Amino acid sequence: MPAKAPPSRDLFDTAQQGEMPPAAELRGTVLPLPLLRVHEHDLAAVRRALESAVSGSSFFSHAPVVLDLSPLEEKMVPDFAALTALLRECRLIPVGVKEPPEAWREGILEAGLAIVEGGHEASPRTPSQTPPPAPSAPVPTPTLVVEQPVRSGQQIYARGGDLILLAAVNAGAEVIADGNIHVYAPLRGRALAGVQGNTSARIFVQTLEAELVAVAGVFRVFDEPGSNPCAGRSACIALRGEQLVIDELGRD
Amino acid sequence: MSKIIVVTSGKGGVGKTTTSASFASGLAMRGHSAVVIDFDVGLRNLDLIMGCERRVVYDFVNVINGEATLRQALIKDKRLDNLSILPASQTRDKEALSKEGVGKVLDELRESFDYIVCDSPAGIERGALMALYYADEALVVTNPEVSSVRDSDRILGILGAKSKRAEEGAEPIREHLLVTRYSPQRVDQGEMLGVEDIRELLGIPLLGVVPESEAVLQASNAGVPVIHDSDSSSGQAYADAVARFLGEEVPMRFLEPEKKGFLKRIFGT
Repeated sequence: MPAKAPPSRDLFDTAQQGEMPPAAELRGTVLPLPLLRVHEHDLAAVRRALESAVSGSSFFSHAPVVLDLSPLEEKMVPDFAALTALLRECRLIPVGVKEPPEAWREGILEAGLAIVEGGHEASPRTPSQTPPPAPSAPVPTPTLVVEQPVRSGQQIYARGGDLILLAAVNAGAEVIADGNIHVYAPLRGRALAGVQGNTSARIFVQTLEAELVAVAGVFRVFDEPGSNPCAGRSACIALRGEQLVIDELGRD
Repeated sequence: MSKIIVVTSGKGGVGKTTTSASFASGLAMRGHSAVVIDFDVGLRNLDLIMGCERRVVYDFVNVINGEATLRQALIKDKRLDNLSILPASQTRDKEALSKEGVGKVLDELRESFDYIVCDSPAGIERGALMALYYADEALVVTNPEVSSVRDSDRILGILGAKSKRAEEGAEPIREHLLVTRYSPQRVDQGEMLGVEDIRELLGIPLLGVVPESEAVLQASNAGVPVIHDSDSSSGQAYADAVARFLGEEVPMRFLEPEKKGFLKRIFGT
């Protein structure tokens, strides 16, 4: 879809190649953008729906979105300025409106939004009362892979993604991820997964000798001998409700 | 091409200075020219272990500040012609060690020595950081106990992150594990970590194991590096470690509790 691409990335790329960088450069790209479908004119209702959809995860935090207003009645022209302000308050960055009726165009352009033609949804969904933006559309965040041992006093944070560790995490070290953490070696330090509140994040460990494990802020310390049900063995650590559950891997 | 070796541990009292003195002496005994530098500014000890404390006139900090030349500050070892000592200052503190100053002194030493052994102070503050910053190789001295192993782990992290080689993205510092004050009897009784556990926890190659021995204390008091005491187990263990460092294949010794035979029981060790 021919949406506006943030030009800063291109500027950086060319600047780092060491050639004469132009001050600005327009490039055609096809960027996946989440689509926000609005079903009601009532802004308060839209706010409630967004708050419940967005607040729980940081995934869509400050994400650019394209508005799909096709469910709205054409005769009632939405207040685009108010809608834009509302989205920004909900930490979304509206960039345009998808295929609006002719009568709305002026208002859209006045509100500083683009008119987006074409494009199709990533996955067809049955309309539901909470329309979250298409889950498969956002830019995938790369997984951070660490091959060296993480030593006492070191901290590694995989922002926005998963963390894979191929060597030991020693006592006094801390490994943190917004997503899952995999440790294909002994985990002797601390591991904190889903630190931005992702309650479905998990920690997978080949040899669990950790000081502390946490998922989405729910933590457990292995203080007393015998407090670790999987001591010295492989484990999967996940949240089940409010409880942190530690299961041996390969066991049902 | 000369090599800078840092002897480091994080924790204090594990045997860094003993190791620095014996290792530098060992390299000199094998025919290499070596210099050993005391980075423990304010708490200098190396000169005592090397038995040259009365001959310290100028020190490392004087050289950094341009108050003395390197030639004036270097002390020739009284036993080995090709070994020199650069003592620390007892009256300054570690802030006197500037990165540029230390670099300049090391560059100058590279011109005349094969090996430059840097005896690091304990801790992870300026003195320790400066001792390891320019290193090509590191001897990580560890005692068989958990606090020492953890501190060594911390130091290994710093070697991999804050050294010049790390900052420049050059080939990383070659790390060697040296376990000191090892007592096989106490390992057998479960009072100490075994050498295999330590090696596994730290994940670096083992250069040597120096057994706990009274000879070390006697050597320190006498101001003679223990490697000169070739009858002692510690002296032999250091000689083995130096040989391995120089690329020789030497089997590990002193890992098993000594079986006291009849004669040994009469004559002692």
